Amino acid sequence: MSVYINEDTKVIVQGITGETALFHTKQMLEYGTKIVAGVTPGKGGQVIEGVPVFNTVEDAVKVTGANVSVIYVPAPFAADAIMEAVDAELDLTICITEHIPVLDMVKVKRYMEGKKTRLVGPNCPGVISADECKIGIMPGYIHTKGHVGVVSRSGTLTYEAVHQLTQAGIGQSTAVGIGGDPVNGTNFIDVLSEFNNDPETYAVVMIGEIGGTAEEEAAEWIKANMTKPVVGFIGGQTAPPGKRMGHAGAIISGGKGTAKDKIKAMNEAGIEVAPTPSVIGETLIKVIKEKGLYEQCKTH
Amino acid sequence: MNIHEYQGKEILRKYGVTVPNGKVAFSPEEAVKVAKELGSNVIVVKAQIHAGGRGKAGGVKIAKNLEEVRTYAKELLGKILVTHQTGPEGKEVKRLYIEEGSDISKEYYLSFVLDRATSRVTLMGSEEGGMDIEEVAEHSPEKIFKEVIDPVTGLLPFQARRMAFNMNIPAKLVNKAAKLMLGLYEAFVDKDASILEINPLVVTGSEEVVALDAKFNFDANGLYRHKDIVELRDYDEEDPKEIEASKYDLSYISLDGNIGCMVNGAGLAMATMDTISYYGGKPANFLDVGGGATAEKVTEAFKIILSDPNVKGIFVNIFGGIMKCDVIAQGVITAAKEVGLEVPLVVRLEGTNVGLGKELLNASGLNIVAADSMADGAEKIVELVG
Repeated sequence: MSVYINEDTKVIVQGITGETALFHTKQMLEYGTKIVAGVTPGKGGQVIEGVPVFNTVEDAVKVTGANVSVIYVPAPFAADAIMEAVDAELDLTICITEHIPVLDMVKVKRYMEGKKTRLVGPNCPGVISADECKIGIMPGYIHTKGHVGVVSRSGTLTYEAVHQLTQAGIGQSTAVGIGGDPVNGTNFIDVLSEFNNDPETYAVVMIGEIGGTAEEEAAEWIKANMTKPVVGFIGGQTAPPGKRMGHAGAIISGGKGTAKDKIKAMNEAGIEVAPTPSVIGETLIKVIKEKGLYEQCKTH
Repeated sequence: MNIHEYQGKEILRKYGVTVPNGKVAFSPEEAVKVAKELGSNVIVVKAQIHAGGRGKAGGVKIAKNLEEVRTYAKELLGKILVTHQTGPEGKEVKRLYIEEGSDISKEYYLSFVLDRATSRVTLMGSEEGGMDIEEVAEHSPEKIFKEVIDPVTGLLPFQARRMAFNMNIPAKLVNKAAKLMLGLYEAFVDKDASILEINPLVVTGSEEVVALDAKFNFDANGLYRHKDIVELRDYDEEDPKEIEASKYDLSYISLDGNIGCMVNGAGLAMATMDTISYYGGKPANFLDVGGGATAEKVTEAFKIILSDPNVKGIFVNIFGGIMKCDVIAQGVITAAKEVGLEVPLVVRLEGTNVGLGKELLNASGLNIVAADSMADGAEKIVELVG
């Protein structure tokens, strides 16, 4: 079992004819993801990597019955692509594209109100349920099927955590990159509550970073609702205030969004926070051993 | 991206926002000329740097005649202003804004920011003007009011009026204040701003509502559709290495340590800095080469890191997803050969095409220390730098 995506997920690649999209379409197909359609306006009728291309998401859904899309469309057109996916009533759309203007995302969020589609991202690595379905840009080989859920604002730091888990013989149920932008579709709490309800997820790794208050809000939620152990890490502990650390969302401003505040809130909610990113795996193992979950989480 | 106050006010004028008359000056002579044209009894000479707190740092002077304008202009131009936002090294004043004095009855605070919790642009206002809003939030949070704006309708007139009433702007000036707020919002959205702060907004003796200061910050991701804003960029205000990096679409931030870092992904880049610090080292920079990096981009990134004379060693930490390890390896090799690398280099590669990347590095004949993990790499570079 897994959250959001599984072996039955049928995927559309929006912007499939772009260079990055093509590379990752191949990688996803190799991983076993069921990519049933691509969309590039004006290129409908072509077949790429054995995948039929359509002019609109609506057409692609009608013909293939796809329920999820992944977006590699360039930033100036990405907001439109998200709204097209929402209009086609997909269950889920995952937007990999980075550098989308934040006011475009404000409009997207407004457009999505009351509609059924969930958005993960933008500016995220995607979602992977190991051995079932990989949607995004993450390297597939580092993941192992198992029982630890991973949720993170950072792409490469997710890989880091997953890699450590796999090397230590701890598999993952699903890894979700929610993205580093200040306005995004899915937040920590959305994913945590999915993991909480997923019978196959026994423990969770949550990776945050400086900026905003999403980690503090998640900590509150965990304290009140979470029945499974959570360990965390916060990136940017040594970042100076006022400097935007790459991610549009990662900035300490007006004394808000510091790593110290976040770690404090997480500790208060009973979340063990790894002191360095290199020991995220170790910290998880320590906690699941304490909770008597280690044997169940161990990949045999 | 930041711009100067005078540039911000220039934009606001176009949106019907009342700002005092004024013009930029680059020399005392120009300052006097502008002051003469303004013909006001009181002239304000304001240092133009990209940092707040200029008033308290002595960067704003009130002149009563042209001679005083000249004296203050001479005094301020070339001066290093140290405010709570510049850091201890301060910033050199190279431009002045010469503005007519305003007859201030009362100061207020207004700003538009993105509220992450609601994913909406939010108008914030307070009758406590002229001081840091963080301070106001600290001692009298009940005096800060908010209006959350629906992007479909934009700021609505009733919201602007409600804000003006909440801020205790005199009743007969509420419509004027509301009109100003609507103009500010329009400018904010049109130009893809991320912050627009008017502190202070003032009510004058002649019953005008005036934006006495204007602090704009623009969303870097929106700049591609605003050539006019890009032209306002003042390179003197930025770190030359950061300017160079931005040409290649690299996200680089100068720090004060001696270990250069090259990482893919902002989160991993921050975590790499954290790990270096954990092992007792000090990072010289934050550098995210991004997702779609080419070998050329990596080469440029390397050169930028090495242009910092404090750099005594480099740690390359790559976990390839969208970024392929062989591309990084090729870039590192080219750069190391081109610049004649003389400092220790530790490389950790993992992820997409990792085998290819490692082969390239091994075959390069360069003196590269390989690391098995981020912690291993950080420990090694800290040790090598000493």
